[in-house]
Amino acid sequence: MYSVNYHRAASVSDAAKLLKNGDAKLLSGGMTLIPAMKTRLAAPSDLVDVSRLKDLQGVKVSGKTVTIGAVTTHYDASTDEKLKKACPALAHMASLIGDPAVRYKGTIGGSIANNDPAADYPAALLALDATIVTNKREIAADKFFKGLFETALKEGEIITAVSFTAPAKAAYQKFRNPASRYAIVGVFVAKGKDGVRAAVTGAGEDGVFRSKEIEAALAKNFDVAALGGLKVSAKGLMSDIHASADYRANLIAVMAKRAVAAANA
Amino acid sequence: MGIEGVGARVARKEDKRFITGGGRYVDDMVVPGMKHAVFVRSPHAHAQIKKIDVKKAQAMPGVVGVLTGKEIKADGIGNLICGWMIHSKDGTPMKMGAWSPLAVDKVRYVGDAVVIVVADTKGQARDAAEAVEITYKELKAVVDATKAIQAGAPQIHAEADNNLIFDWELGDAKATDAAIKSAAHVTRMKIVNNRLVPNAMEPRAALGHYDKAEDHYTCWTTSQNPHVARLVMSAFYNVAPENKLRVIAPDVGGGFGSKIYIYPEEIVCLWASKKTGVPVKWVADRTESFLSDAHGRDHVSTVEMAFDKDNRITGLKVDTIANLGAYMSLFSSCVPTYLYATLLSGQYNIPAIHANVRTVYTNTAPVDAYRGAGRPEATYVLERMMETAARELGVSPAELRRRNFITSFPHQTPVIMAYDAGDYNASLDAAMKAADYAGFTRRRADAAKQGKLRGIGMSCYIEACGLAPSSAVGSLGAGVGLWESAEVRVNAVGTIEVLTGSHSHGQGHETTFAQLVTQRFGVPIDSVSIVHGDTDKVQMGMGTYGSRSGAVGMSAIVKALDKVEAKAKKIAAHLLEADEGDIVIENGEVKVAGTDKSLPWFQVALASYTAHNLPAGMEPGLKETAFYDPSNFTFPAGCYICEVEIDPETGTTEIVQFVAADDFGNIINPMIVEGQVHGGIAQGVGQALLEGTHYDASGQLLTASYMDYTMPRAGDLPSFKVSTSNTPCPGNPLGVKGCGEAGAIGSPPAVINAITDALGVVDIAMPASPATVWATIRAKK
Repeated sequence: MYSVNYHRAASVSDAAKLLKNGDAKLLSGGMTLIPAMKTRLAAPSDLVDVSRLKDLQGVKVSGKTVTIGAVTTHYDASTDEKLKKACPALAHMASLIGDPAVRYKGTIGGSIANNDPAADYPAALLALDATIVTNKREIAADKFFKGLFETALKEGEIITAVSFTAPAKAAYQKFRNPASRYAIVGVFVAKGKDGVRAAVTGAGEDGVFRSKEIEAALAKNFDVAALGGLKVSAKGLMSDIHASADYRANLIAVMAKRAVAAANA
Repeated sequence: MGIEGVGARVARKEDKRFITGGGRYVDDMVVPGMKHAVFVRSPHAHAQIKKIDVKKAQAMPGVVGVLTGKEIKADGIGNLICGWMIHSKDGTPMKMGAWSPLAVDKVRYVGDAVVIVVADTKGQARDAAEAVEITYKELKAVVDATKAIQAGAPQIHAEADNNLIFDWELGDAKATDAAIKSAAHVTRMKIVNNRLVPNAMEPRAALGHYDKAEDHYTCWTTSQNPHVARLVMSAFYNVAPENKLRVIAPDVGGGFGSKIYIYPEEIVCLWASKKTGVPVKWVADRTESFLSDAHGRDHVSTVEMAFDKDNRITGLKVDTIANLGAYMSLFSSCVPTYLYATLLSGQYNIPAIHANVRTVYTNTAPVDAYRGAGRPEATYVLERMMETAARELGVSPAELRRRNFITSFPHQTPVIMAYDAGDYNASLDAAMKAADYAGFTRRRADAAKQGKLRGIGMSCYIEACGLAPSSAVGSLGAGVGLWESAEVRVNAVGTIEVLTGSHSHGQGHETTFAQLVTQRFGVPIDSVSIVHGDTDKVQMGMGTYGSRSGAVGMSAIVKALDKVEAKAKKIAAHLLEADEGDIVIENGEVKVAGTDKSLPWFQVALASYTAHNLPAGMEPGLKETAFYDPSNFTFPAGCYICEVEIDPETGTTEIVQFVAADDFGNIINPMIVEGQVHGGIAQGVGQALLEGTHYDASGQLLTASYMDYTMPRAGDLPSFKVSTSNTPCPGNPLGVKGCGEAGAIGSPPAVINAITDALGVVDIAMPASPATVWATIRAKK
């Protein structure tokens, strides 16, 4: 790691101010940034730590509306009783991220700001039609995720929370990379008030995406049987040493079926 | 046996310090004035070094030295060598390319060490390493051994035309060809044994300290054989004469073979310490380990196995291409030859065998011995062939094996080995019973109802442990002898120190070796200490690898104990005024048999050192040394059965059952033996299912961290059913055979035989990852 100036922000506006220092980066759980810095692949001049801001922590449920603070850890999300009741699929998804050490440190805001193409939260938020709240505006998930490690966030913009309407049914199924245990394919399906949405992580060349094929098949009938003849195209899917595009296409169909079965269980 | 003697499940004495963070590894060593080193390594798989500019790096904060290959050459430090001479079948010696500890004109793999930077802190050394400017001219690289020997492939070493190191053979080509020609059935396969990265828990490390006042060097290093390291660094690399070089291998966190060899880093740290005037420590990070530790396996073989009409094997012909990487590592030449082709008879009566082995340079990390070293490759060839042959011949895999088992001993194979003892039917019976083999058909049908594919596979392996005798290995080209030494020091109060040339880096020697002493004299195990790993304490030794420390290392201890016992009895006979032949030593007492006359053990020890009343002419003291050179290898063997269940939708394989029935000869500590088998199976399952080493065509290692290289985890493995049915080894005083590598040798073919059985295919590549299994199922449709 190169030397770096560490700042602990006192508030979101303080963090925004501190971000103007040199080549500053926001630090939340640091589960991606810190390893990248240790291997010298990232070299920010300043780190602005927002992980202790109380305003950004925890889950709130009001009626059907779920709001999760940006620095809520995966552990807190996965064990939050309100979330487990309002959207058990998301709590379950959070319990599948990384290992216990990662879940105690990693945060929802950090995960979606990084938008790793194999991260779990982006698929969930896309399928849940979530809104990403920043210190400047609100962004629909459909507009937020822009490709590999790319988001709609502008310079100095800080995610403060994520909110969504609890779906009637939802589930997440992940097939892990045997080495890293990230998703080779993760499929989140949700049946909400505006219909069925299905999002796929781990597989797309441009990162997380919604699967029109799955959504169309489930629109009329949210049942495994509706996916019986599902054929997922390998076009636009990643091929690497762990999985070919064809294999990923197959896994998308398999994980979708398992997710629907779990959502209906 | 007593609660602490031979055969007892004594808890490992060393574990308390290991599991409470008390172990002392090279990285824990601190010498006053010590500085930290970082190696600048080649980012290219094959390139000429045009220019190295170290000026900027030298001016960086904290930097005390930036040193290059030209300087190490100028100081007369020698090239690294391979210590086992192999001659090609045309009589020419192997073509060993020069391996400079720091590359001079050319780099040959990604990770090749080029420059060492020494600074006050590791961070400063890393900063300065980034400031070293090296101009390369990239050359075309080749990573696949079968391509490297084709005409027009990039030439890696001037010494080896077409990258061919040697073209060697063993066995009778004519007889084997005739057997194949006249066979009732011939099974043919191309068999690939995948490259593995060893991944010891502790990365390699070295601390070199040159003491100017004494003109003496000390090297702390992660070595499985510190004495061999000292010998080689003195005799071949001109680091220092042996009396001026002390090598210490303290606690070492696993080796699996990868820490046998002398690598560039320890040589360079010692030299750099003299050059810079400060002690120099280097500790590899994990990716550095992936890049530069010697890898294992990487064979491609074409195999033909001939059968007569009664399904008896009449001949075996094997043509193997072995990838040795960019340089010949210390024992790289013997692994695919004398540790491989000599085991191709397996547990079977095979009248004619011929093996041809070509070893090849490629632009990849050097390849050398890795847990099993040649024997896993031989077992994989044979046991995959037996499985395929059984399917082709329409007989059960067990029946085909039984039909061909060697049943009388000693047995001379056509490929050098003379097996001394074994009972292969016994281990097959035990394994089939433990696996409820007969119930498999029902379990397969049950699985099918759940949409799962179930398969069962077996593997009957043999291995050869404790390479020996020295005269024989010398005649085959070994640069060293393969004996072991031991010294037993009885202190004046009766406590005992055993100095051994074996080295423990996870094997539990501090416990098992002490059990031998406890067994012999009846003293408590806590009064026995095992000393190893320091050339200033132990005079000479050959170290630990090839499951040799039981059969060879412990036999040396037994010989030294014999001498101590004989002298103690003489002293006791004198003191007790009895006949020497009537003295017995048990439960910590030295007694005259059949009387109530006795002395406590410590009193005999004390008498030997006070020397007030010793037999006439006897020297004082109670300390004996022994060297043991075995008369033959030992031949552990066994049968492994693996049962898998495959999810055809995702290609995921679950190992639902794994049975190991081994014959290890006599056993000193069954708990430690079981632990060795568990670890070995985990590594074998790792090879079969999980561990894939990928270089891209340009020679970049794509699997250089745990993000991409899959190590076996506890969740990947079932609870193993292990048992032993032992035939004592007649070749050594303890009747032991060795157990360190069996699991890694026997398990890969059992796993792959089970998977191919489940899928109904002839072959599948290792590692049989979910993606590979799924693609295999799809290709079959």
